[in-house]
Amino acid sequence: MLSRSASNLYWMGRYLERADFLCRLIDATVRLASLPASHGGAAPAWESAIQSAAVAEAFHERNLPVDEANVGHFLTLDPENLSSIRRCLEAARNNGRAVRTSLTLETWEAVNDAWHEIQRFGSGMPDSSTLVRLVDSIKNSLLMFDGAAHRTQLREATYWFLRLGTTVERADNTARLLDVKYHLLLPRSEPVGGSLDYFQWTTLLRTVSALTAYRWVYRESVKPWLVADLLIFNRAMPRSLIACLEDAVWLLDQLAATRGRRGPANRIAATSLRALAGSDIDRLFQSGLHEFLERFIIENNRLGDAIAEQYLF
Amino acid sequence: MCVLQGENVTSRAFDETYGFGPYPGGAGAGPLFGADGQGPAVRPPYAEVERWLKSAPPDLLETRRRQAELFFRRIGITFAVYGDPDASERLIPFDIIPRVLAGSEWARMEEGLKQRVQALNMFLADVYGPRDCIRAGIVPEELILLNPQYCLPQVGRRPAKDVWVQIAGIDMVRTGPDEFFVLEDNARTPSGVSYMLENREVMLRLVPELIHAVSMAGGLRPVETYPEKLLETLTSVAPNNCNGEPCLALLTPGIHNSAYYEHSFLADKLGVELVEGSDLFVHGDILYMRTTEGPKRVDVLYRRVDDDFLDPLIFRADSVLGVPGLVNAVHAGNLTITNALGTGIADDKAIYSYMPDIIRFFTGRDPILHNVPTWRCREPEALSYVLDNLAELVVKETDGSGGYGMLVGPHATEAQRQEFAARLRANPQHYIAQPTLALSTCPTLTASGVAPRHVDLRPFVLTGANGSQIVPGGLTRVALKEGSLVVNSSQGGGTKDTWVVDIPGDEG
Repeated sequence: MLSRSASNLYWMGRYLERADFLCRLIDATVRLASLPASHGGAAPAWESAIQSAAVAEAFHERNLPVDEANVGHFLTLDPENLSSIRRCLEAARNNGRAVRTSLTLETWEAVNDAWHEIQRFGSGMPDSSTLVRLVDSIKNSLLMFDGAAHRTQLREATYWFLRLGTTVERADNTARLLDVKYHLLLPRSEPVGGSLDYFQWTTLLRTVSALTAYRWVYRESVKPWLVADLLIFNRAMPRSLIACLEDAVWLLDQLAATRGRRGPANRIAATSLRALAGSDIDRLFQSGLHEFLERFIIENNRLGDAIAEQYLF
Repeated sequence: MCVLQGENVTSRAFDETYGFGPYPGGAGAGPLFGADGQGPAVRPPYAEVERWLKSAPPDLLETRRRQAELFFRRIGITFAVYGDPDASERLIPFDIIPRVLAGSEWARMEEGLKQRVQALNMFLADVYGPRDCIRAGIVPEELILLNPQYCLPQVGRRPAKDVWVQIAGIDMVRTGPDEFFVLEDNARTPSGVSYMLENREVMLRLVPELIHAVSMAGGLRPVETYPEKLLETLTSVAPNNCNGEPCLALLTPGIHNSAYYEHSFLADKLGVELVEGSDLFVHGDILYMRTTEGPKRVDVLYRRVDDDFLDPLIFRADSVLGVPGLVNAVHAGNLTITNALGTGIADDKAIYSYMPDIIRFFTGRDPILHNVPTWRCREPEALSYVLDNLAELVVKETDGSGGYGMLVGPHATEAQRQEFAARLRANPQHYIAQPTLALSTCPTLTASGVAPRHVDLRPFVLTGANGSQIVPGGLTRVALKEGSLVVNSSQGGGTKDTWVVDIPGDEG
């Protein structure tokens, strides 16, 4: 496969995953911000949303009030924000167009439709109901894409590069989300286990569509360390860090098998997975969750770089 | 661009127009047949189409048209219009009434096309080689040697198997039953073949009843073998230093090019990589593409990038669409590019008028297809004729394109003609003049029903080591505006499927 095509597929996967994450993040934040001020209030909720999306600096450069209207617009329709859902879908579609022949008709149509869908909403400020409709609709479009890719793409390099992008982006998103929530959403004055915590942590679970999963796995009330356990160590949880690493290792193995050669990316992914599998949540809390997450994000970036280098992007 | 005058359209029984009988009214007036359905008998090729049109309820045609549009939009067959952000991806309108040619009509055209492309190839081999045609006085020396299209790095070189124009698109118009004129030869990177193939796909889905009827009556010749023939052609011209199965790739300028859809479509059908300049590099005079498995050698490059942008070391230094060193790889015998470098001299406007002589000189036979009579203003007698008859002529710059710098005499004002005449006198060698032709029309679905519209035709001629082949069909472009003669897609032109049909009693 052409290295450029591999790069296009990988980045298409990343951009679509980022768009999906933004949808879920907004969805959860709208819910959190609607709680009475005693539960934290809207401004901190939206501040934490831009932190989680790693766009806080870009947003604050504009000196706009941190509220639903401004942040909602910035994260969804804003053509000036390179990380808005609009721009993510545009980038994904452009990458898809460049490898049009590697995609099945269904997969191409799904990414094309997602892009047409966001165009429908224009580029102005969405009001509250539009914001919710937009997020729902894009989430559906992206589910269509996943379904189309899963059902119709041949299981070969094309599909693996696409999925590799998804996986690397997903690990990054989950790690950032955990890191931001751990620091920002827990006011020191609030006693652990209070009602404020409950909403903060359930919001986090919603963002990764894991609230129900949590209940199935732990069968008890929401506790911060169990939330972290679920999102870091649970192999059955598709957005957990360990599940992402397992995916990455598997996908890189498939690629290595067709190529007959392993490289630095295979080693980095395998090493990270081994390290994580040999640890548990208690040890992580002792050595510092924040430090762990920071290290994880850096390692994950290193993995992305190694993939690009190994396949000559 | 072709702008031709359509006067007397209705009074002359053009082949395709009289398929449905003379129009009762003025230019372009429909309907094609009276309310009673009576009229002169249609020619045999159109018999089934007529029967179908007469029996189909009007809203059925409209429904089919909309379905066709939906189909094109879904598969993403769009073209980009430069400089128009809102229309950056537009659909070319598709007309569901096919343009039909009888097997015998096609046979003659096919023979003429092969002859013409053979002459183009021999002409190229000659002007970059011994230059016999210049010595014999067929073409003036300065028209070749001083022509911007004359590619100096190609002088003294011969491409693999001595094939220069592997893919040619010849633009043709028709003015009568046996009157086929070549308007333009496209010997560089002709486009449009994806429409030929996709239009047929759409017709097979949307009008199966008509296709069935045509098949029962004799048969509709398929065009779907084009990708296979193209693959065969490209493989047959592999470079001398290629051992084993050649590796092919298709070079595109990228997704922003107006014909990108076609490039990706063809790469897909051929089963070859669609590459951009940045995917390629030359090392040791060998072309490689960068793949996830490391560099892979490329033997034949079907390029859809113009000469000027192909190799910044030889041509435009600012080009990022090409590959440094590409021309060296060609000259070292390690790479074939199709079409060869420098083929632009063969389809140049200044050369066009010499084509009948070129064909006679190289093939030893009279041309089968007509050239539009052309006055070369560089010749004093021609110049004075042109100046005396400006109101009836179309005058073009020899090195112009896209319809710029031309005068359409019948449509111009007296003042415009005066002004143009002054320019003509000042610089006669830059101009040629042609009469306005009366193009044939084909029945076309319009807002007010089926009506005649002007058409042209671009068949595609493939030439490999073992001669030329042409799939029976081509791209028919149709001017959708009533009376209009402009078929360009950027100016409201549409396309039609082109059918070559076998019919009983036809000497095909």
